[in-house]
Amino acid sequence: MFSFCSDPATLEGFRWLSCYLTTGKHMSMYWAVGTVLLLLAITAPAALAFGFAGASAARSNLAPLRWIGKTYIAVVRGIPDIAFFLFFVIALDQAFEYIRHRIKCPDWDEPVRQGNDFIVCTAAKLPLGNAPQWVHETYGFMLAVLTFAIVFGAFAANVLFGAMRAVPRGQLETAEAYGMSRRQTFWRILVPQMWVYALPGLSNLWMVLIKATPLLFLLGVEDIVYWARELGGAKQPQFTEYPHPDWRMWYFFALLVFYLCFTKVSEVVLDKVMAKLTHGQATTAGEAQRKAAA
Amino acid sequence: MSCWETIADYALRSQGIGERLLPRSDFTLCQQFTLIGSGMIWNIYFGVFALCSGFFLATAVALGKAARNPFIRKPAEWFIFVFRGSPLFIQFFFAYFVFLSLKGVSPLFDPFTSAWLGALVVLFFNTAAYSGEIFYGALQSIPKGDTEAADAYGLSGWARFRRVIWPTMLRLAWPAYTNEAIFLFHATTLVFFSGFPAIQQRGDALYYANYFADKTFNPFVPYPILAGYFIILTLIVIGIFGLINNRLNRHLPQERRKTIKVRPQIIR
Repeated sequence: MFSFCSDPATLEGFRWLSCYLTTGKHMSMYWAVGTVLLLLAITAPAALAFGFAGASAARSNLAPLRWIGKTYIAVVRGIPDIAFFLFFVIALDQAFEYIRHRIKCPDWDEPVRQGNDFIVCTAAKLPLGNAPQWVHETYGFMLAVLTFAIVFGAFAANVLFGAMRAVPRGQLETAEAYGMSRRQTFWRILVPQMWVYALPGLSNLWMVLIKATPLLFLLGVEDIVYWARELGGAKQPQFTEYPHPDWRMWYFFALLVFYLCFTKVSEVVLDKVMAKLTHGQATTAGEAQRKAAA
Repeated sequence: MSCWETIADYALRSQGIGERLLPRSDFTLCQQFTLIGSGMIWNIYFGVFALCSGFFLATAVALGKAARNPFIRKPAEWFIFVFRGSPLFIQFFFAYFVFLSLKGVSPLFDPFTSAWLGALVVLFFNTAAYSGEIFYGALQSIPKGDTEAADAYGLSGWARFRRVIWPTMLRLAWPAYTNEAIFLFHATTLVFFSGFPAIQQRGDALYYANYFADKTFNPFVPYPILAGYFIILTLIVIGIFGLINNRLNRHLPQERRKTIKVRPQIIR
């Protein structure tokens, strides 16, 4: 990285450290932070969409749709989340391959499950056997995103379901009195008003989502936990220009600090957003704001 | 091999008792049920011990956070912030590697590098921080009348805390604390995925479920079994905590009692 890094053996102290922390592998680790942020950026709206669909399904008039929505919300209770993560990654992968298998190889007559193997025809493999490495990595990442979205969608569905019920009944009755249909009432009255009630739950969920990102490691994505383990391990002089003993403790300490800062920043930002949203609202917090100003 | 033999072989496998080799082929449902159930021993062990010990630290931390003296309040606030603000997964990793380096300093730390003690310490601190925050919230919402009544009776110091503040705090915090207990049990599944080694494949329920899912490449059997076990465990926890809740609220009229409601889980 720096010009004085050409011969690491001669370096000392701070200069050694600055060279060490800018090696190619460390750059991969910093990119992995980007992976985590990318995951958050994609998962948050996706989970919100899943949650919105789940919550609307749970309050639907159609009984089967309502059952699906309620089951989706209820199924996340009582079961450890990490079991979901491990389950969905394999299950989704197999589901995709199976669907492609049925479409692409209709004349395949052997069963897909043979003993302990899951066998689909070569054309249905995901990603294809001859695909480049980045396709494999992207596919793995997409599976992880989908898994996160499904699991967190259930949490979000629960929050939004509660928020929809918190909108004062009178508002909906007024809409009906104006002759709005159920659909119009939902989109024009209920949805715009529910966000204030949903925000505390959703911001809580965001914190939870941040804290769930290290689980990416369990899904086989090369994230920061992977790199911290990889880079922190003891390095012998014959394999690297920067030999060091086992530093994994310090790498994980850095991760701990990273997450603490991330949480703190989110907390501050979300408090600001909440203060903006409650401004002028007829809720306890809004009332407190008004009194403080007066 | 009949199912009874399997149970005899594997029921205590997670503790290292019984058949050494895990099944490698021709997996039966019975094997999966037995081994995953055997792993539940670890989950229950971690959950019960962390909860029982964490309860006392949580009370102390909550009182510390409510204290007026900044030298007591600040450490309590930081303790809660550090353990609630960072992922449990990273805490496990960090603690494991800290214990690993401490092991070089003194053999005293040897047991800490194995899951039964090291992970328990992390879970103990973690649950103490989460419950501490819950208890702190309850402490803040103790009705003013209760403390005024205590003062009027001439109670002070320890007697005031023991007879008025503490029971009311517990009563108010109990529904939330039940939730915390449930999710602590869920969090115990992370232990063997985060650095702490499962020596001789003595793992917890998720470890075995993951083992079967990897071997059979079929997630649709072991994970639902695991889910079933955890739902039963959750129901038991709710039952026990519900009984305690009834006892805490026994002086209140029926309709003013707070019922325990399970809220969706919170990942740490």
